[in-house]
Amino acid sequence: MDFTLKIWRQENASAKGRFETYKVTGISSDCSFLEMLDILNQQLIDKFEIPVCFDHDCREGICGACSLYINGRPHGPDSAVTACQLHMRKFKDGDTIIVEPWRARPFPVIKDLVVDRSSFDRIIEAGGYVSINTGGVPDANTIPIPRANAETAMDAAACIGCGACVAACKNASAMLFVAAKVSQFAMLPQGRVEAKERVMRMVAKMDELGFGNCTNTGACEAECPKQISLSHIARLNREYLSARVL
Amino acid sequence: MTKLNARIPEGPLAEKWTSYKAGQKLVNPANKRKLDIIVVGTGLAGASAAASLGELGFNVKAFCYQDSPRRAHSIAAQGGINAAKNYPNDGDSVYRLYYDTIKGGDYRAREANVYRLAEVSGSIIDQCVAQGVPFAREYGGLLDNRSFGGAQVSRTFYARGQTGQQLLLGAYSAMMRQVNAGTVKLFPRTEMLDIVLVEGKARGIITRNLVTGKIERHFGHAVVIATGGYGRAFYLSTNAMGSNGSAVWQVYKRGALFANPSFVQIHPTCIPVHGDYQSKLTLMSESLRNDGRIWVPKKKEDVEALSEGRIVPKDIAEDDRDYYLERRYPAFGNLVPRDVASRAAKERCDAGFGVGSGLAVYLDFQESIQRLGKHVIEERYGNLFQMYEKIVDENPYETPMMIYPAIHYCMGGVWVDYELMTTIPGLFSLGECNFSDHGANRLGASALMQGLADGYFILPYTIQNYLASEILTPRMPTTLPEFGEAESHIRERLDKLMQIKGSQSVDQIHRKFGLLLWELVGMARNKEGLNKAVKEFAMLREEFWKDVRIPGGAEEMNPELEKAARVADFIETGELMARDALQREESCGGHFREEYQTPEGEASRNDDDFMFVAAWEYTGTGKEPVLHKEALHYESIKVQTRNYKI
Repeated sequence: MDFTLKIWRQENASAKGRFETYKVTGISSDCSFLEMLDILNQQLIDKFEIPVCFDHDCREGICGACSLYINGRPHGPDSAVTACQLHMRKFKDGDTIIVEPWRARPFPVIKDLVVDRSSFDRIIEAGGYVSINTGGVPDANTIPIPRANAETAMDAAACIGCGACVAACKNASAMLFVAAKVSQFAMLPQGRVEAKERVMRMVAKMDELGFGNCTNTGACEAECPKQISLSHIARLNREYLSARVL
Repeated sequence: MTKLNARIPEGPLAEKWTSYKAGQKLVNPANKRKLDIIVVGTGLAGASAAASLGELGFNVKAFCYQDSPRRAHSIAAQGGINAAKNYPNDGDSVYRLYYDTIKGGDYRAREANVYRLAEVSGSIIDQCVAQGVPFAREYGGLLDNRSFGGAQVSRTFYARGQTGQQLLLGAYSAMMRQVNAGTVKLFPRTEMLDIVLVEGKARGIITRNLVTGKIERHFGHAVVIATGGYGRAFYLSTNAMGSNGSAVWQVYKRGALFANPSFVQIHPTCIPVHGDYQSKLTLMSESLRNDGRIWVPKKKEDVEALSEGRIVPKDIAEDDRDYYLERRYPAFGNLVPRDVASRAAKERCDAGFGVGSGLAVYLDFQESIQRLGKHVIEERYGNLFQMYEKIVDENPYETPMMIYPAIHYCMGGVWVDYELMTTIPGLFSLGECNFSDHGANRLGASALMQGLADGYFILPYTIQNYLASEILTPRMPTTLPEFGEAESHIRERLDKLMQIKGSQSVDQIHRKFGLLLWELVGMARNKEGLNKAVKEFAMLREEFWKDVRIPGGAEEMNPELEKAARVADFIETGELMARDALQREESCGGHFREEYQTPEGEASRNDDDFMFVAAWEYTGTGKEPVLHKEALHYESIKVQTRNYKI
């Protein structure tokens, strides 16, 4: 398969970026999107040009490093995948593909397609944990947890922190990311004692870092590679309200 | 010459850890604040260590090459974590987990370390549940267990197919809490390039900021490396693209011994290679073998018809299928340990019965679907089936999966004593990057257990025994000549790399090297091939340093430069792997020497001559390293031949 790629190039955080056009040919339909970029980079190296920088690591959809905006969609045209799990068979031979970094003020571009997502770490740092130390905890089977609750907690905990929700949102809101963590703990007895502080601190940090508000558009849910449901945002809102009001 | 002393506590096996803790030195809270600890790597071992040390009040600096510590490759572990909780009442115990681990490791692991691992395994589950890790549960609300990788008991705890992710996020969260508390300082997108020794003790590291390219110096009263395995040396593996063995290689070059480098694990159930552009191999969880049956056609004409597309797998009659694991190992069948399953797949494919490209076998769920119903299979493996379909574009509910073995894990690593300290005082090594617990073969669901055991429950004790004598050592300025020497060594190396401006990209050389490593030091090894490997890798090292092409500059974000430094180390590591495989004239666990097998093709171990840990000492690039042997003694277990037939 042959493709024309229009890729965002930007030397560093302060440089002015631009789209560059490249051609790749003879790409197998079984090739993943990132492998296709590897092939492009090899071409660039062969020509003494600078390869395209992009974040990637596990290449099996779980580390959350990849952060490509492909043809206007986070992680591209397939559903429930990260860019590393997107295969070229999802495109048509001869397609022009536009590749951009995540676009959101709290995720500044570092270089080319690489953005700084450390704001997510700051949000977790503000309260995304149960405040217990190593050791001195009760036996694991001391507190039974209804299976359905454990499963809902797991649905939320599946978040990989990639930032597609923020990139998809017209307000660059991080509500789905924050909700995934708050909702995981809301479904479990562990950490209930600090539930109010947790939600207040995490939401305050999210606001402070410049993420926008949620207007229930649902773009985050549609683009989330782990299909994290909007209902977790509802649960976050309930946790937040009860922390504020009660 | 470095002398090996494992410093195993005296006394009966079951009491060693208790008596160690009773007699060890501790650091009082006021002094902990004055001590700095560097932790490199933020996977299960690194993050759990950083969190626990921070909670104790030490000053911790945590480093990772990823943009966030949450992305360390522990995140990709699927199947589960073992613990001797005996919740199912099926006869498990600390002794049995220890026994299975020693036996599974083919009697090449250190007994005292393994017993301690089994002993603390239960606390890990308690800890993770308290952190809010959403493990799978029964309808009664208690934790669910499953049998994994051939164990006779159900001791594996799991969180769908994302156990590693959930455990890592637990450890990451605990660490982030310490970041908030000010005891842990994070350095993401930062790679360790060398270790600094002052008067023979580990006192710091030199790093490169992967965003700016800036070389930086960091002091620590002790240094902990938890940087994982070197499996990506093979180019194609289940490891992440950035996974590397460079921290291990740097400390080896500075005097730490490298133990059993040839012991690498080849995982039997990975998606087969499908093209030369491919960048990695994806693991399909071993848990699939609980309900999937592995087979290849019995007849060559069926193999041909399949490859020509004249028939599909379900056209092959039951009698014409060779369920070779069930045939060869009736007692364990499809659940034999990883090394055995991998070799059996290779044997069938080498004999010409492979399917797909010829290097694949079927993993078939038809029988289970008929027996249990599609919904049960979907509940158990839904996400794995979906992942398979995304990659291969075939529906495993309809047609069998195709799988083939791939490099997955390194049992070998930095030599450590009972305290997890290397031969360099003050340098500790945790998790996959040490060697001690898995011998020549690791059992499924034991890597997560070991990483967290080391980080939560072992190092926080043992490091204090070392640091107790360091309380009078003030923080050292990084202007010391030792830091300067290490930094200029790194600068020279990077300059040299940048100046080569050759004709081949890093990936091109890495691919070439990886294929050779797989062919010569992979699933089956022999003397001739290994001798050839030592020579070829030395030549490839020279080719690399003459002909690699790295575009861009060193003072900016430059992934090609990062890769180049790692691949240079991989090539040297490969040479040591080959030498180690060469000296070990026996077959054990993942190490299979073709000259040493039984007439039935099973591994033939030689306990009289090779029941030791091979720990290598660096003597210079391209020079023959010195071999040290740590003899292994088994007091509480009868050494026997592994038999999965009856």
